[in-house]
Amino acid sequence: MADHQTYYVPEQSKWPIVATVGLGVTLYGAASIMVNGNQGESTGGSWFMFWIGALIMAYMLFGWFGSVIRESRAGLYSDQMDRSFRWGMSWFIFSEVMFFAAFFGALFYVRVFVVPWIGGEGDKGSTNMLWEGFQASWPLINNPDPQVYQGPKEVIGPWGLPLINTILLVTSSFTVTIAHHALKAGNRAKVKLWLAATIALAVVFMFVQGYEYAHAYGDLDLTLQSGIYGSTFFMLTGFHGAHVMLGTLMLFIMLVRIIKGHFTEDNHFGFEAAAWYWHFVDVVWLGLFVFVYVI
Amino acid sequence: MRVHAKRAVALAAGLLSPAVVMADWTMNMAPGVTGTSNQIFSLHMTILWICVAIGVVVFGVMFWSIFAHRKSQGAKPANFHENTVVEILWTIIPLAILVAMAVPATATLVEMYDTSESEVDIKVTGYQWRWRYEYINDDFGYFSSLSTPREQIENRQAKGENYLLEVDNPLVIPVGKKVRFLLTANDVIHSWWVPEFGVKKDAIPGFINETWTRVDEPGIYRGQCTELCGKDHGFMPVVVEAVPEEEYNAWVAEQRAAAETERQLTEKDWTLDELMERGEKAYASACASCHQPDGTGMPPAFPALKGSQIATEDMAAHIDIVVNGKSGTAMQAFGGQLSEVDLAAVITYERNAWGNNTGEMVTPKEIFDYKNQE
Amino acid sequence: MSSVADTHSQEHHHGPAKGISRWLLTTNHKDIGSMYLIFSFAMFLLGGSMAMVIRAELFQPGLQIVQPEFFNQMTTMHGLIMVFGAVMPAFVGLANWMLPLMIGAPDMALPRMNNWSFWLLPCAFLILVSTLFMEGGAPNFGWTFYAPLSTTYGPPSTTFFIFAIHIMGVSSIMGAINVIATILNMRAPGMKMMKMPLFVWTWLITAFLLIAVMPVLAGAVTMMLMDINFGTSFFDASGGGDPVLFQHVFWFFGHPEVYIMILPAFGAISHIVPAFSRKPLFGYASMVYAVGAIALLSFLVWAHHMFTVGIPLAGQLFFMYATLLIAVPTGVKVFNWVTTMFRGSLSFEAPMLFAVAFIILFTIGGFSGLMLAIAPADFQYHDTYFVVAHFHYVLVPGAIFGIFASAYFWLPKWTGHMYDETLAKTHFWLSFIGMNLAFFPMHFLGLAGMPRRIPDYALQFSDFNMVSSIGAFMFGVTQLLFLFIVVKCVRGGEKAAAKPWDGAEGLEWTVPSPAPYHTFSTPPEVK
Ligand code: HEA
Ligand code: HEA
Ligand code: HEC
Ligand code: CUA
Ligand SMILES: [Cu+2]
Repeated sequence: MADHQTYYVPEQSKWPIVATVGLGVTLYGAASIMVNGNQGESTGGSWFMFWIGALIMAYMLFGWFGSVIRESRAGLYSDQMDRSFRWGMSWFIFSEVMFFAAFFGALFYVRVFVVPWIGGEGDKGSTNMLWEGFQASWPLINNPDPQVYQGPKEVIGPWGLPLINTILLVTSSFTVTIAHHALKAGNRAKVKLWLAATIALAVVFMFVQGYEYAHAYGDLDLTLQSGIYGSTFFMLTGFHGAHVMLGTLMLFIMLVRIIKGHFTEDNHFGFEAAAWYWHFVDVVWLGLFVFVYVI
Repeated sequence: MRVHAKRAVALAAGLLSPAVVMADWTMNMAPGVTGTSNQIFSLHMTILWICVAIGVVVFGVMFWSIFAHRKSQGAKPANFHENTVVEILWTIIPLAILVAMAVPATATLVEMYDTSESEVDIKVTGYQWRWRYEYINDDFGYFSSLSTPREQIENRQAKGENYLLEVDNPLVIPVGKKVRFLLTANDVIHSWWVPEFGVKKDAIPGFINETWTRVDEPGIYRGQCTELCGKDHGFMPVVVEAVPEEEYNAWVAEQRAAAETERQLTEKDWTLDELMERGEKAYASACASCHQPDGTGMPPAFPALKGSQIATEDMAAHIDIVVNGKSGTAMQAFGGQLSEVDLAAVITYERNAWGNNTGEMVTPKEIFDYKNQE
Repeated sequence: MSSVADTHSQEHHHGPAKGISRWLLTTNHKDIGSMYLIFSFAMFLLGGSMAMVIRAELFQPGLQIVQPEFFNQMTTMHGLIMVFGAVMPAFVGLANWMLPLMIGAPDMALPRMNNWSFWLLPCAFLILVSTLFMEGGAPNFGWTFYAPLSTTYGPPSTTFFIFAIHIMGVSSIMGAINVIATILNMRAPGMKMMKMPLFVWTWLITAFLLIAVMPVLAGAVTMMLMDINFGTSFFDASGGGDPVLFQHVFWFFGHPEVYIMILPAFGAISHIVPAFSRKPLFGYASMVYAVGAIALLSFLVWAHHMFTVGIPLAGQLFFMYATLLIAVPTGVKVFNWVTTMFRGSLSFEAPMLFAVAFIILFTIGGFSGLMLAIAPADFQYHDTYFVVAHFHYVLVPGAIFGIFASAYFWLPKWTGHMYDETLAKTHFWLSFIGMNLAFFPMHFLGLAGMPRRIPDYALQFSDFNMVSSIGAFMFGVTQLLFLFIVVKCVRGGEKAAAKPWDGAEGLEWTVPSPAPYHTFSTPPEVK
């Protein structure tokens, strides 16, 4: 009962409207950059708009999360509020899972149906009439029409850098868990150490990933434009990479907050949310490793 | 004054008459002329009547309550709100009805999917906005585009009987034979539909879909493209002429001969006037839908050719864009779609029509050489 | 720290802030609910005006008032605006207003995010509508935006359209998260799951659908974005992709989306029918299970929109069977409503009129849906006006009538005044007649062979098209009457009691009318 009486409802807040303006301006700017760019027009103004929007977004993020953190530390949040945050974060992660599901679905569909059809197998095998000489294979090195989409020379094998990256991410899931247990036990020094270790692993991961991309573009001609293999490869690893960055940023903020002395043994949802997110990023990677690189 | 008034009345009457004369209140699907279309029709009627029957029962109970259980009539409410038996019943019964519907539907579907043992194979390719039919066993093919005049569409002329459902070159098929269609498209997705055959299948760029039909009654059958494919989606009809076998064979022989003559025309020496005349026709059927009959286009989507730099100055660029198209735009590569003669004619036409009076011409031979040098 | 003290102290002065900042900065579920409802009605008028352009052009054969290019833009924008701008926000608005009242919560679980969800919508639609004024025109590839018409062949404004969809998606997902958190976490003590009002149940499940499929739509448009601007080949066979891939991803979103547009209406109808039958809802538990079953099945039927694209036979059969199955739980709902009315004590105020029309006309729309689900028959129906008739029957007398019914039902609670019953009944009857006149002939047109999305048609379709257009104008003009009724009701009228409908049940009727700015700061006890 007491829980319900103290459910905190902030009376007014400027952050939502700031966030709306920020997001709108950023995306409008981004769209103008692309459209003007495609038509060979100047994109200076669009970039300006994009950065203004991004700045507003950054201001909003600091402000909004800042006030949530202040409210939390002022003890305004009840257990019930905490549960709302938990539901919110869980369903948000679920929505992210479905976002990746769209791309995984695309990958499976292409591999199981489309490429064999074009190659002359299965129900729509007569399609091969249109692509004489095309042979189905995966990874797809020779595209149906190499004049339009020049295929890659080679693709990235799983057992080199990707394996290292897998080990890095799996390890980081453990280190963040150790940090969490340490936080629950009230051992702050240990939290800092293991959280910092997690972030370090994440940074190395991103570095390796960047190196791999450079290799793909520079040496293998594996690019976004190199047909469906490149398209699915970069879409999946790219969006995953972006999520790693976001997750790392979250963990970093948690580290700063720990250093500042935020959180208690039994009240540290911000930390847990970041950890959940990190595990999610890790699981997606495992899916990627298996379906994009290995199989 | 009077004359004008009379003319106006005559025009108005002309414009309105089809609507009045042809008042048509067709309400149901046509059974069609093939086995498939008849099966579909009977499926359609069966389900329709099942739905009507269920509707009568459900709405019957409802209307009974509305009339008999009104508060204003002093109805006192009962208080029941559950009954497991009834609830199970009205789960099971609809389920059974559905199973009964699914059985014939499955049988029909399996048959529709069986494209084996065809006697004639025709490749149908959708273009923005016309169809190309290729008789793959007989080595000829042609385009089929809307033949309704612009004037009728823009209400400047009374509409004809087959308004929007008429083409220059219909597809011709023999009666009584299994005809297999291999459907694909050149640009966006189209869908090839002839209601009376019960055949509708999407034409997808880069892929081939198969479907088939066997028509038993000779006749002219009309349908339309049914997948939104851009501006003139509503203006790409399908017309099929089903003819007796001898007639069909004769027609095929004629087409093959015509294809041969066409190839020879490339060799002929053409004059500017001849090319202009032919070019005007080719332009009207292939290019005018985008660049407009008067060459003014519809900027910014479709550039004007009248006074355009490419069409008045740089001949090489002109040939290039018409033969190879421009990827990523609606301007297709016409090199494979039109004969050398038509390409030469259309380019010549564009360079001399609408005040683009360059006086330059390009011959079919030159186009032939251009294509083969690459 | 001082700012914290500020916000904290604000908690004590009740009642809304003054001026525009009340609306811009609010965190109050009732304010946000009102904004959603007003926004959605504005979009309904906008989308409806576009439908009027369509119907005016189709009044007669021949091209009269618009060119095909623009006609396609109208069709596309009409579909998009009605679906994403009118129906979905209207239901979110109802959820905002009613969920906390129904479950005894002080507000939505995440009030600031709630406000953000709302304000993103005007932002998204500003971008979407601005494409009408861009070079090359607005999106013209249908609300289903199939590739490659929308990618390689799309107008430049497509990129803006894509970002508008992204923003709408963010808005919907956050809105849905908020709904779920509210329902799962904010119920008054004693309100067990199986005691929740049906509107709450249907919204819980709708929210789940939203979170599951809006990201998939985001994925679809993101692939488009990449194909258009970054040279990928998801939807291009020459690089090993497939245009049909787009359709699979789109309809994986699209089919659940149509249930997103109907389930909350099912919920509201399940309140209104018992209230005016003065009899408890028949089969509460089976209603809940039915909604759950519809939601789960809705993930397995998407390819029934693609029967003609040439999916392999086994797939075709699977999707046909799964689609047919949906009729079973939906039937259960219809039967339950009818049985609720059976031996009740019925009266027919405006909400009930709309509810009864809903049941009848939605069922008709469901029947035509079932006919479409028979795959071989769909080869004839697909992409004709028969489909247009089907979905307008489930959307207009379904979703839209559901919204009107809810609005009349809860207007007294929102405004504290009774609406004008005579005018409301006039609104109902004119809508009912206009709507049937507009959409019923479309069945005939489709069966006779008229394809959809065409600006001009063969002569044999003239007569029914003219009838349909007349009905559409009638229906359209009638909606201005609704606007008038609502404005009149907000500004005054007979005072409404806390519970203006004698048969109504639920917590929302225990608070005064109009509902005070803050309700249930202390949760009620539910027995
Ligand atoms: C609110 C929205 C809504 C709802 C609820 C539905 C409900 C259903 N829809 Fe519809 N549909 C759309 C919106 C909706 N649809 C839209 C927008 C499109 C077109 C999209 C586009 O292409 O632009 C579409 C298109 C569409 C198609 C594709 C047609 C085509 O393009 O060729 C199909 C095919 O199967 C279909 C089927 C169904 C079925 C089986 C139901 C079922 O849920 C209906 C179930 C209900 C009943 C059956 C009635 C009540 C039941 C009983 C009384 C029980 C007893 C009955 C029997 C046993 C028969 N719909
Ligand atoms: C919830 C969704 C919804 C709703 C409510 C409606 C409402 C209406 N729709 Fe439709 N419609 C769709 C969803 C919806 N629609 C979708 C998804 C498509 C497919 C798009 C596509 O193919 O991509 C479609 C397509 C569609 C078509 C087919 C277009 C084509 O294939 O080319 C038509 C044609 O008649 C049509 C008509 C109407 C009409 C007359 C109304 C009426 O009910 C509207 C009534 C409302 C008003 C009129 C507004 C209020 C009044 C005023 C603003 C005053 C001014 C009025 C006058 C001047 C008379 N709609
Ligand atoms: C489906 C629409 C369509 C059809 C049909 C079409 N074109 Fe085009 N055409 C275009 C578009 C779009 C462009 C602009 C391409 C670009 O972006 O440069 C274009 C450009 C051109 C140009 C270059 C004009 C300039 O000044 O840049 C020429 C010449 C041309 N077309 C000739 C033809 C001829 C000849 C035909 C018929 C045989 C034809 N077009 C049919 C759409 C079409
Ligand atoms: Cu071709 Cu529609
Ligand atoms: Cu569906």
